[in-house]
Amino acid sequence: MPPTKSPSRKKTAKKAAKKTAKKTAKKKVAGKATKKKTSRSPSKKASKNGRSSKDSHQQADLFSRSSASDKKKSTSKKKVTSKKTPAKAKNSNTTKAEILAAKQKDISVSEFFAKNRHLLGFDSPARALLTTVREAIDNSLDACEEAEISPEIYLEVTAISEDQHKIMIRDNGPGIVKEQLPKIFGRLLYGSKFHARKQTRGQQGIGISAAGMYGTLTTGKPMTVISRISRRKPAIEVTLAIDMAKNQPVVKKEREVEVDWSHGTEVHIELEGTYKKGKHSIDAFLEQVSLANPHVELTYINPVDEEPIIWNRVTKHLPEPPLEILPHPHGVELGILMQMMKETKSRTVSGFLCSEFCRVTPNVVKKVREETEALGKDVDTDRQPRRLSSADVKILHKAIENTKMMAPPTNCLSPIGEELMAKTLTRNFDPELVITVTRQPAVYRGNPFQVEAGIAYGGELPGDDLASIFRFANRVPLQYEQGACAITQSIVASPWRNYEVQQARGALPTGPLAVLVHIASVWVPFTSESKKAVAGYDEILKEMRLAIMEAGRKLATHLRKKRRLADAERKKDYIKKYIPQIGIALQDILDLSDQQRTGAESKLADVLERSRKM
Amino acid sequence: MAKKVTRAYLDKVRRDNARKDKKTISSIENAADEIYKKILKRGKPAMRFPVRSLSNVSYDKRKGYLEIGKARKERTLTVNTVKGFAQTLRMMGLSRDLVRSNDFATKRDVYYQSKNWEDAKFEDQTESDTVMDDIEALFSVDDVSREQLRFVPDEHGGAVAGDLVVLDPDIESGEVERIDCTRFGSGAYTIPTSVEHLSFETNAKFVLAIETGGVFQRLQSHKFWKTANCILINMAGVPTRSTRRFIRRLSEQAKIPVYAFVDCDPYGISNIYRTLKVGSGNAAHINRFFCVPNATYLGVTPQDIIDYELPTHPLKDVDIKRAKDALKNDPFFKSKKSWKSAIEQLLSMGVRAEQQALAMWGLNYVIEEYLPRKLKNPGKFLP
Repeated sequence: MPPTKSPSRKKTAKKAAKKTAKKTAKKKVAGKATKKKTSRSPSKKASKNGRSSKDSHQQADLFSRSSASDKKKSTSKKKVTSKKTPAKAKNSNTTKAEILAAKQKDISVSEFFAKNRHLLGFDSPARALLTTVREAIDNSLDACEEAEISPEIYLEVTAISEDQHKIMIRDNGPGIVKEQLPKIFGRLLYGSKFHARKQTRGQQGIGISAAGMYGTLTTGKPMTVISRISRRKPAIEVTLAIDMAKNQPVVKKEREVEVDWSHGTEVHIELEGTYKKGKHSIDAFLEQVSLANPHVELTYINPVDEEPIIWNRVTKHLPEPPLEILPHPHGVELGILMQMMKETKSRTVSGFLCSEFCRVTPNVVKKVREETEALGKDVDTDRQPRRLSSADVKILHKAIENTKMMAPPTNCLSPIGEELMAKTLTRNFDPELVITVTRQPAVYRGNPFQVEAGIAYGGELPGDDLASIFRFANRVPLQYEQGACAITQSIVASPWRNYEVQQARGALPTGPLAVLVHIASVWVPFTSESKKAVAGYDEILKEMRLAIMEAGRKLATHLRKKRRLADAERKKDYIKKYIPQIGIALQDILDLSDQQRTGAESKLADVLERSRKM
Repeated sequence: MAKKVTRAYLDKVRRDNARKDKKTISSIENAADEIYKKILKRGKPAMRFPVRSLSNVSYDKRKGYLEIGKARKERTLTVNTVKGFAQTLRMMGLSRDLVRSNDFATKRDVYYQSKNWEDAKFEDQTESDTVMDDIEALFSVDDVSREQLRFVPDEHGGAVAGDLVVLDPDIESGEVERIDCTRFGSGAYTIPTSVEHLSFETNAKFVLAIETGGVFQRLQSHKFWKTANCILINMAGVPTRSTRRFIRRLSEQAKIPVYAFVDCDPYGISNIYRTLKVGSGNAAHINRFFCVPNATYLGVTPQDIIDYELPTHPLKDVDIKRAKDALKNDPFFKSKKSWKSAIEQLLSMGVRAEQQALAMWGLNYVIEEYLPRKLKNPGKFLP
């Protein structure tokens, strides 16, 4: 389970992070209160919006690990940033604030996590197990895809006791070099691909190391990682614990081991957690993973069932790697814009806009300037970006919104595709009919996105229950907060009765149905930080509805045809079944002879057969 | 006082019944024969039913009941209708057998009988009830009633008390049972499901048809029928067919009027009273047998609520809907100006009052004051 970033990049990011930390710390002394405010608001906004570009160094600073940890632990933020103040203030007369400040000390990320594990998906034993699996699968998939290897994942969950389980996961990824192993698995928030403006699985939690730490915390057993990078090199097994105060890995044991695979990573974690079935189970999660990742070969052994569950891949081809794009001006929030302007290397506002956003040309900048005039203040776009007053930036931001410009490029998205969706749905449900729809990309607030919908109908799917809903954002299964999700809302709002499917008012459709909806976007809007439900922007709801309705219409065509055939069959039966009854009744009432009766019956059958064929 | 049923009368009843039975049988046989002949000619047989809906109903003042219109719908025997056709024919056969064996069957009986019909059997009773309604409509065109088809309702009729002798002849033996409706003590005579063979002896001046058991009980136990010289009939809500038919035959034979005494609400007016007087809207094909044109509306009227200062309840939404529907769609109310203004008055008051609200003035106020005062002016009753 290697991280998703190359080590060299990580280092630069780290250095940069340190630099900013110092810088901000120095500034603090001058004007603590106000500075805090300004420094906090953009970073807070930024993490909330989660948009930035990996390419721009300034952005990388902003979103380096310290600010990431800020997000995760808003409570401890103050303490982290004010760390250096007491030292500077000691020689003068100590004020109360300074005495208090002296007591404040840095809290390591790990320590924070240990005390706030509920924030990170480890709040209940059942959830802890699922979160661990989610992190592990995420890591494995990302590793394989980055190395362009078709993923093969083997996952085994074994019960040690009812509330203690062991998770073993192995992938066929590139493996991790010995030196990197402890860092990747033994520290929190290391080497994350935190925010890139491209379609990624995204940060779902805090990482596999957190799961390992949770395991150590609850069972006392360290995590074991085995990794091999090539057939020619031995596999290395490392037993790891985390020094929580320092957020540093502690290698308990390291040795070479024999394994029967040539490359990949295997992780063993023992942790406190309970295994459950149902909507929020590991089983359900893996089912969803297999639906949205047709290229994954997945073997799963759970502690209850005897047989392993195997999802065979339906394609050897990896999904097209999504392209990274510059942000579109229509999607940028004011706070981010301010931050970007402060940190840009461009010497003019015009140059800044052209080089750090997509779809901005000098001509567009001219139009933006005209718009600023229309708003009552001509903002000079030839000035240095950082010289603009915040009032000017506000006007500039508004002017950008008012300026018409080309929609962002949409080739940066990587949908599952109609064909592959159909294949995974068929593999998982063996239904009577599968319909899949991939819409053309669309744009909301400057963010390209693309919606796909798939319907599996009939077969083994239960006919009396509400439809099963499978929600995905960038191929990541959404398992919680179904009701709050734009996907659910658009399914409920679709006119299923028109498609020959039962639906109670305001409810999901009823019938042998599985409905899959996937939204791919460089930036999926979630209803909250926990990324459990997609927010209902109009454009998004519209695309979702259109996708579902297109699939629904095809379903209706199929069901109508099926009903017609069944009707015809039944009617043929009708003739055989009821004509003798007419004969009996006529014979009874009119005292006919048997011969008369059969004569009438055959004539009537004739007439009806002929009319049916016409 | 009581007249003896003569042999001649009995004979006449028997002849009448025999004639009716013959007509029933020939109607059934003709219908079947028509279908049979069409089949022999390789045609598609069809049955013609009167359209049963308010759109095909009219009110003829002279005739005095809601009458079914001329609209017919034809049901042709096709692949789609073959099942219903077979079931209709089998049920017609059953009816013919019932007439020939001088027997009868209730709706539920018919449903169970059909279980012998192999593929033509009914899955549930609503199916068989629908087919029975169809047959009834089909033969109503020939003036054959459901009772003559020997299909009788499950529900029994209302209760009767007062100066009335019901003559119930046993057609087999010729013996006539004389039922004196004054001699039921604190109980009452129950109207049977079939009333066609009954005849009546009475000196009463009118029939009082009452909506609720409570008021009937009060009038009966205080022998109001004696003081007012009348016959009390408890309809218990919307009167059943046999109750309506009983009242109709009684009032026609004895030539006495019928006064309805019901709750003052849209249900009492447009469902109970209207059905009693002119029949129901959705079974209009039989109304000519099951209406009581001699009936008028004694009370409780909307004006009574004011005059007698009755305690009230507010009208519910369904009440308002029902009243508005009566004003807009019901051919009977539409043709009676006094009813129109009475219903409008009720709607504008926005309240309803029950018969028993009169008890506010004393339990026996209804006997001692209300009814005697009302009965002084039967001409003022609502039509």
